[in-house]
Amino acid sequence: MRTRLPVATGIAVVATVLATTLSGCGSGSGSSGKTIKVVYQKQLNSSNTVQPDYLAAEVKQFEQANPGTTVKLVPVTASENDYYTKIQLMMRSPATAPDLVYEDTATINSDVASGYLKPLDSYLSTWSDWSRYASAAKAAMKYAADGKTYGVPDNTDTRGIWYNKALFQQAGLPVPWQPKTWADILSAARTIKSKLPGVTPMNLYTGTAGGEQSSMQGFEMLLYGTPAAGNSLYDSTQQKWVVGSSGFKDALNFVQTIYHQGLAPKAQDALSANFNTELNTQLIPEGKLAIDVDGSWMPNSWISTGQKPWSQWQNTMGEAAMPTQNGQGKGKVSMSGGWAWSIPAKAKNPSLAWKFVESLETESASAKWNMVNATIAVRSDVAADPKYLQALPTNAFFNSLVADTFYRPGLPAYTQVSSAIQKAMESVTTGQASVDKAASTYDNDVKSVVGADKTTQDAQ
Amino acid sequence: MLPSLVLLLVFLAGPIGYCVYYAFTDMQLTGAVGTHFVGFRNFTRAFGDSDFLNAVELTLLFVVGSAVIGQNTVGLALAVLMEKASKPVRSITSGVVIAAWVLPEVVAGYLMYAFFYQRGSLNAILHFLHLPQQDWLYTLPILAVCLANVWRGTAFSMLVFSAALGDVPQELVEAAEMDGAGPWQRLWRVTLPLIRRSILTNLMLITLQTLSVFGLIYTMTQGGPGRKSETLPIFMYQEAFNDSLIGYGTAVALVLLVVGALFSVVYIRLLNVEED
Repeated sequence: MRTRLPVATGIAVVATVLATTLSGCGSGSGSSGKTIKVVYQKQLNSSNTVQPDYLAAEVKQFEQANPGTTVKLVPVTASENDYYTKIQLMMRSPATAPDLVYEDTATINSDVASGYLKPLDSYLSTWSDWSRYASAAKAAMKYAADGKTYGVPDNTDTRGIWYNKALFQQAGLPVPWQPKTWADILSAARTIKSKLPGVTPMNLYTGTAGGEQSSMQGFEMLLYGTPAAGNSLYDSTQQKWVVGSSGFKDALNFVQTIYHQGLAPKAQDALSANFNTELNTQLIPEGKLAIDVDGSWMPNSWISTGQKPWSQWQNTMGEAAMPTQNGQGKGKVSMSGGWAWSIPAKAKNPSLAWKFVESLETESASAKWNMVNATIAVRSDVAADPKYLQALPTNAFFNSLVADTFYRPGLPAYTQVSSAIQKAMESVTTGQASVDKAASTYDNDVKSVVGADKTTQDAQ
Repeated sequence: MLPSLVLLLVFLAGPIGYCVYYAFTDMQLTGAVGTHFVGFRNFTRAFGDSDFLNAVELTLLFVVGSAVIGQNTVGLALAVLMEKASKPVRSITSGVVIAAWVLPEVVAGYLMYAFFYQRGSLNAILHFLHLPQQDWLYTLPILAVCLANVWRGTAFSMLVFSAALGDVPQELVEAAEMDGAGPWQRLWRVTLPLIRRSILTNLMLITLQTLSVFGLIYTMTQGGPGRKSETLPIFMYQEAFNDSLIGYGTAVALVLLVVGALFSVVYIRLLNVEED
């Protein structure tokens, strides 16, 4: 790479000028013929050790099966956004590039466009297990421009509504509950507010501190439920980003309604960076929140090995599908993502890294991972495995949402569009801007990110 | 001479040169493999970007509020009061103030977060005194970070002024006293004019320090809520690393550099005027 030295120095300059405490991005490489470095995200909440524990066991097994090899696990402790930045900085230079990296499937395409990742087709063609992977998940790993595959997904997820059955009963609301429209959700939240003072009626993630969870679990669960559905954010037929849409304003309006009418957490709580942990470990288990628009992985926090073991969760929490705006279409909506293993283009030891992926992705290892991590399986054999289905009583429900789920536009600009969404949500949540003002700021942000010629007015 | 020149070129001029170059490119951290020269596009974009202008405004507010007014006057007041104080009081006060200064920025930021936080110590104190509580970091984030920066940076000004006051000839002060000048008049007409060069030097240094404050604000508010405490360094970080726009972020860094240079030029000119 012609620009390697300048890039590294430039980043160093920016960092210095900032006088930040950005910790050094990766130590020198320790890769040799028999050693690989594996990078994954270690969550800021140090009590969550699901993935470190799982990987440590897998590494031990792999090293025993392949004498003389060493797998160095390199956990990057960071929030989700900072994690993306750090691995991108690591992958820029051969001195710091790991041999294997755990990536959010949404960032794979932009990292391919940057030349950070290595195509895996030559390995996949001789790997019989690949045929067991769900085709939608495989498609998300493909880069449109060259048709090559850049990752092996190890889980997916779906999103819906969690609600507290006990609180619903106390408020005189029906259980089981399945709202048919957005208005149904609001009316249930209003009932909770009037009947159960002290209980926060509902949560919908918002703002920049929440990062991608605000965009995906929060805003897009609304936006993809508007009439334009799969074309509400990015119109794939025109290949343009949608601006000035009424669906976008409707979704923002929903956010404004719940935060301004006291149906959601106080804005200062919702906008704090630690809100997620507070929600999983306090608000929900302590019965202080009635409705939460969230992901299939929630029990992760409550199982015996989770950060807040809560044996009553199965009896207390109910699940409902997120309805579309007016009940149109199939009546429900979900968003999916997931994580995948990828090999950086500058990896020193890609073939050993691939061998490790194969051992991480056997049927039994994959089933174990999806069970401990409370995620949705991407392998058909795991998805049908009774042990997996029984591991969590909610697995069957969240698996069933896969039929109506959407994936985010896998395009390089997505991260910036997502950050524009978060800003729009935050300005409406805090009351700094009206819905119209926030929507027009979003339109301008998107136009400046992708270029006005890559946008289209309202797809509806 | 030559080795130091080489070191200077490699470690200072080199990176600054690259930085200047990147400010004129569309370099991204992710999403684009190539980097192109785009001329002044990053700069025209910045000056047409209301978020950038908001950041400039907040930066000026932060610098004037916390450094020029806050640290400068509190530091001077402490230095004057300490001159008269007894030795134990002096060592305890300077110990406390300097402790805030030697703390790493992020630690200070975290302490201040715990102080101003909604359920933090400040509100606990207000509650105890039956005074109305505020969610400082949410309603008045820029004021909270200004106060935090005053707390953290006052020690520096205090030390500069203490040294300067020590150099004020006592006979001049005593002569003024003999002529019937009260304590305020002595301070205003004798002491301050004598230490004005130290005041200007101090102003220049704390202005530059405050312009680049990042960790303190990032730990306390991350620039939020919304953009209510997003100063230029935070804005630059968000653009460069969250939105992956290294080129644009670097252009903003360059603007910050120019702002710092302008402040320095003004102070240096004032210092020169003094000399003439």
